[in-house]
Amino acid sequence: MNSYSRRLLACAALAVVTLSAAACTSDKPATSSASAGSGSAEPAGSAAAKDAGTGDQSKFFVQADYDAQMAMRKAQADGPADKPWEQTIDAQLVDTGKYKKSGPYNLCFSNAAVNNPWRQVGLKNMQAEVALHKEIAKFTALDAEGKDDKQISDIAELQGKGCDVLIVSPNTTATLTPAVAGACPKVPVIVFDRGVQTDCPVTFIKPIGGYAFGAEAAEFLVDKVPAGGKILALRILPGVDVLETRWSAAKVAFDKSDLDVVGVEFTDGDAAKTKSVVSDYIQRFGKIDGVWMDAGATAVAAVEAFEDAGQPVPPINGEDQQDFLKKWSDSKLTAIAPTYPTYQWRTPIIAALKILKGEQVPKVWNLPQPTITQDNLTTYLKPGMPPLHYAMCGCENLPGYPEKWGGTS
Amino acid sequence: MRRTLPIFVVLAVLLVAIAVANPYFLEPPAFLAFVKRAAPLVILAAGQYAVIVSGEFDLSVGSLVTAEVVIAARLIDGSAEATWPVVALLIVLGLLVGLVNGVVTTLLRVPSFITTLGMLLILSGAIFLWTGGAPRGALSEEFRELGRGSLGPVPWSVLILVVVAAAAAYAMRARFGHTLVAVGDNDRAAALSGVRVARVRTVAFMISGLAAAVAAILLGGFAGVSAQVGKGLEFQAITAVVLGGVALGGGRGSVVAAMAGAFTLEALFTLLNLYGISGALEPAVQGVIIIAAVALGAVRFPRRRVAATS
Repeated sequence: MNSYSRRLLACAALAVVTLSAAACTSDKPATSSASAGSGSAEPAGSAAAKDAGTGDQSKFFVQADYDAQMAMRKAQADGPADKPWEQTIDAQLVDTGKYKKSGPYNLCFSNAAVNNPWRQVGLKNMQAEVALHKEIAKFTALDAEGKDDKQISDIAELQGKGCDVLIVSPNTTATLTPAVAGACPKVPVIVFDRGVQTDCPVTFIKPIGGYAFGAEAAEFLVDKVPAGGKILALRILPGVDVLETRWSAAKVAFDKSDLDVVGVEFTDGDAAKTKSVVSDYIQRFGKIDGVWMDAGATAVAAVEAFEDAGQPVPPINGEDQQDFLKKWSDSKLTAIAPTYPTYQWRTPIIAALKILKGEQVPKVWNLPQPTITQDNLTTYLKPGMPPLHYAMCGCENLPGYPEKWGGTS
Repeated sequence: MRRTLPIFVVLAVLLVAIAVANPYFLEPPAFLAFVKRAAPLVILAAGQYAVIVSGEFDLSVGSLVTAEVVIAARLIDGSAEATWPVVALLIVLGLLVGLVNGVVTTLLRVPSFITTLGMLLILSGAIFLWTGGAPRGALSEEFRELGRGSLGPVPWSVLILVVVAAAAAYAMRARFGHTLVAVGDNDRAAALSGVRVARVRTVAFMISGLAAAVAAILLGGFAGVSAQVGKGLEFQAITAVVLGGVALGGGRGSVVAAMAGAFTLEALFTLLNLYGISGALEPAVQGVIIIAAVALGAVRFPRRRVAATS
């Protein structure tokens, strides 16, 4: 009997632990309009009333960057139209004469990680681009496996390998800045994908950026969803600059619109969780009129949640992955796919060769960031490619396609 | 029954809390959807219970789930005919991984924490090498049906869960269950009274592997191919079992309570989500539960602990 009562006591204590964890949450969510019932003393006050349920603006939001990207979305890119990976927008050219040397060349690459399908496709693009150029005698790539400390030591190690150019795709912006700054005096450095907080690299290559991605999808929903429609926004996780910018641009668009953002949820990029979250919202609100996503990897799971609930799929955005494009085509969705093109992995190699030949390159190499719409969907839907392949790879004419990318011809 | 009561009280309180926030939750479709979502974790918890109550750990189930889903997609590749042979293969594979875990732990005397941690790393590394991070192929509609579809109003996963739960409860009441608990309580005493300890523990690992295979079939069916599908499931399963009042180190606890623990964990996550708290808090909550439960367990039985370590 004694042991029973102790056990009961222990479990009661556990219940207190678990419930207090749940209870302490109830005074936090000023950001979600869904939990509007319990709001007592709200410090956020008047700002919350006008935000259409989108919460406070991200602290990563920079108005000047936002404005620049919005302008670039409309700008005409320079360069060959059939090779967007060679195109530039708003190029401020810099001289590279002092780096000129004769081949053969030794290119080095410090890669943040190869831990997701986007980076997988990208790395294959880069390797294939290297294979196109006979003057590249050696290409050394080190994978930092998503660890800042490993990438710092990778960059140091590569400096001792006689690299003619060092290409860096930084794992995180702030932490890698000193390592890149340390390498700049010794070797011409090219940074791409994520940035660093120094202008010492010869060129920084990136697509237009996260604001353009988020705005493209949000404007599509504003256009397609009737006024007052309920929007569910799905984000992978908070605190990552490239994802925060996507959401903050969408927030700007939604705040200006008549749409009602009923929820902003994090999915960890997990399909099962995405499907559960969407199912919950369909149950809670009866109907969701539009879905905004900051990345397309779980878009198919979101679509399936509507199918399984027996509801028509509302306007939604995904990305350029094959599984989503196939679903879009098969189920005749009202959809759009902004992209963060993987063809940007070809550009650093092209830039490296330009630098070594003494040709001018842009200080910031802004690549165009195309969007897949109903009109050009069939161009990017490629039967035979794996479901997680990114269509905007610019890899169709590279040697080894489609087998090297996991597809069948 | 007495033992299992407290966790059911906690579960009931959580369900009421969810219903207060979302009254629709208690209607049959919503509640069935909740059970359907919880089913894979509940099944994993039943498997993990078998291992834990026999005095071991199984950390490999999460990456085993991922491996099974990725392998299924690659082998099925959208073809309906391949579905059932591949389902059978997945079950065999789950049992096989459990067998290896069990044999290495019992015969080679590698602590199960290390064996299964090694298995976790081997499986996730092998998957990464094989897929290059991007799974290929596709699951067929027939395969998806088990995790996605339903028989009338009742999802298949709920029916499968009922069968698994009944089988688990029956097995624990039968001789096998008593032997399993005896091995976890005191393996030397069990051995002296004629129990083949190594064999019983190996079977426990195989049950856990089988549970992972079933969970993989349901999870793959629910949400499709993903290389992240099993991420963190091993810790969720262990947390669920601990939450159900099962003693780490073995020998005490009921399988029904372990499964209720899984429901409780899922309900807690649902509640956190309802209150707008992001997934970032979930691991923290799990950590608090594990430490609190083990600490309370240590307070509960100080004499037994001393005896076990000597």
